[in-house]
Amino acid sequence: MGDTPPRSADAGTGASRVITDHARPAGASARPAEDVPTSRTPGGGALGGGGGLPRRRAFGAERAFRGLTLAAGTAVLVVIVAIAVFLVAKAVPALRANTVSFWTFEGWFPNDPEPRFGIGALAFGTVLSAVLALLVAVPVALGIALYLSHYAPRRLGNALGFLIDLLAAVPSVVFGLWGRDYFSGPVADLSAWLNRYFGWLPLFGGDGPYGASMLLGALVLAIMVLPIITSLSREVFRQTPTANEEAALALGATRWEMIRTAVLPYGRPGVIAAVMLGLGRALGETIALALTLGITFNISFNIIDNGGNTIAANIANAFGEANDTGRGALIASGLMLFAITLIVNITARAIIHRRREFTESAA
Amino acid sequence: MAKRIEATNVTAYYGAFKAIENINMTVEPKTVTALIGPSGCGKSTFLRSINRMHEVLPGARVEGSLTIDGQDVYDRDVDVTAVRRMIGMVFQRPNPFPTMSIFENVVAGLRLNGVKKKSVLTDAAEKALRAANLWDEVKDRLGKPGAGLSGGQQQRLCIARTIAVEPQVVLMDEPCSALDPISTLAIEELMFQLKDQYTIIIVTHNMQQASRVSDRTAFFSIEKTGDPGRLIEYDNTQKIFTNPSVKKTEDYITGRFG
Ligand SMILES: Nc1ncnc2c1ncn2[C@@H]1O[C@H](COP(=O)(O)OP(=O)(O)O)[C@@H](O)[C@H]1O
Ligand SMILES: [Mg+2]
Repeated sequence: MGDTPPRSADAGTGASRVITDHARPAGASARPAEDVPTSRTPGGGALGGGGGLPRRRAFGAERAFRGLTLAAGTAVLVVIVAIAVFLVAKAVPALRANTVSFWTFEGWFPNDPEPRFGIGALAFGTVLSAVLALLVAVPVALGIALYLSHYAPRRLGNALGFLIDLLAAVPSVVFGLWGRDYFSGPVADLSAWLNRYFGWLPLFGGDGPYGASMLLGALVLAIMVLPIITSLSREVFRQTPTANEEAALALGATRWEMIRTAVLPYGRPGVIAAVMLGLGRALGETIALALTLGITFNISFNIIDNGGNTIAANIANAFGEANDTGRGALIASGLMLFAITLIVNITARAIIHRRREFTESAA
Repeated sequence: MAKRIEATNVTAYYGAFKAIENINMTVEPKTVTALIGPSGCGKSTFLRSINRMHEVLPGARVEGSLTIDGQDVYDRDVDVTAVRRMIGMVFQRPNPFPTMSIFENVVAGLRLNGVKKKSVLTDAAEKALRAANLWDEVKDRLGKPGAGLSGGQQQRLCIARTIAVEPQVVLMDEPCSALDPISTLAIEELMFQLKDQYTIIIVTHNMQQASRVSDRTAFFSIEKTGDPGRLIEYDNTQKIFTNPSVKKTEDYITGRFG
């Protein structure tokens, strides 16, 4: 039975009525208070408790460390602000020189004597490709993660997990080249099939040619973000307390019901974080999309016709022959990408925050 | 609704390690049976063999026969989830689902059974919480997280969650060992009430508790570390604590070993 130290006023009265087998004389529960200060100052001069309290040290590791962390934190802030100032200073003149609306114009001609460029189609393509990629990648990634954490034999799970982590180490240009040279064929066939049977949906309308499309870009992106989401989710699922899994099983849950009752709710915040990391990667992915997309500058929900573009892909494609205004325009588009990523992250945090009461007590 | 449990030559392994050997005992309906004995003698292992939670661990298996009202729970054709619904379990550490509210915790088992109707769930939750002596303390905050309760309340919440599905048997593995004395008393009182309806088997390290709450007591022990646990003596609690027939039992309950 727990031996709770009663407050000395209670000793021998209320508490001892309950703890009959721990009855003790009043006052016996006063614990030696002298122990406390010595344990807080190892190496201090006052071991043994005689004399006055030891003086606070003027300079110690504690302070040095605090100074160091403060300096590091400040340095990061300064660097970020400096970069931001530089980017804005470059972007503003280009935006001023723009002769059409930056928001609505569908095209990118910043190097002309009369610069014309608009972010709309690029921002749209960026979000569309990332969302499509996640729609494909998240269910697959969660399925694999659950298989690895709760179904596969431990050995096999570890081996497969290692393979998937390896996939994350492949450079994106390799994915891009593979997508452009090999994967575009099957995707073109799939697109033709989708067009034949689901052509009445705007997503699969149009009449080709197929291949270098949003669909190809999104599928390549999906493969690229799969490892990061799988790997993090698997870690999160594995950390579900055994006690909760057993509680569900003892209530008569099947394994899948146990996963739904104990594992998925517990892992939810972690999975959201993993998906956000994947989304961040998808939004910022440059070269793989520059290689696989058909590069057009119009806003369209058609995902199977050749075309599509994203902010990052456009930067990679257009930076080479950009003049001063051209570079400024690309920087402005980069700031836009930054803003999109920021909004996505804030939204994700808000989602996680809403259930904080529950997730915190889960920790 | 309470049922009789009969264990015949139950032997349980963790991989190659034999944790308990040839346990034979019969537990009558609507009684409280206490399992006592030194640490590592296989009390938890035996308890977990009864509702087939033992086999959840990789490499763990059970031999022998365990019947509930004559039906073998290890029969090939028996659905293991049905066994566990019939035989509820309360664990040593309170383990409410951390992401669920108090209400959702209580009805978790019913939801697993496919109960969807709100009114049914609400009634069942109130009934179970009342039976677990927790209703008055939580009725105004059913939507709050179950993990926000005190340890004793959490354990009673887990008891409510267990009895909400109306099992026949309730197994408790040291349900009070992580609790303060007042919560312990509350749970002991609860056991008195529950035995009107359920067959209860409780593992406890606390002799006073065993003698207070149980009708029958089973004493488990091991020869030395590495040996399997065996049932040494099983009798009325009164007899075990006043006049045990085996020397080893007497040594244990008088504190001479263990
Ligand atoms: N998960 C496990 N894996 C391997 N051995 C275990 C496991 N759990 C318990 N054991 C062993 O089985 C024996 C019985 O344990 P247990 O049933 O927990 O004893 P008790 O509950 O009486 O303290 C002990 O020797 C213990 O070390
Ligand atoms: Mg135990």
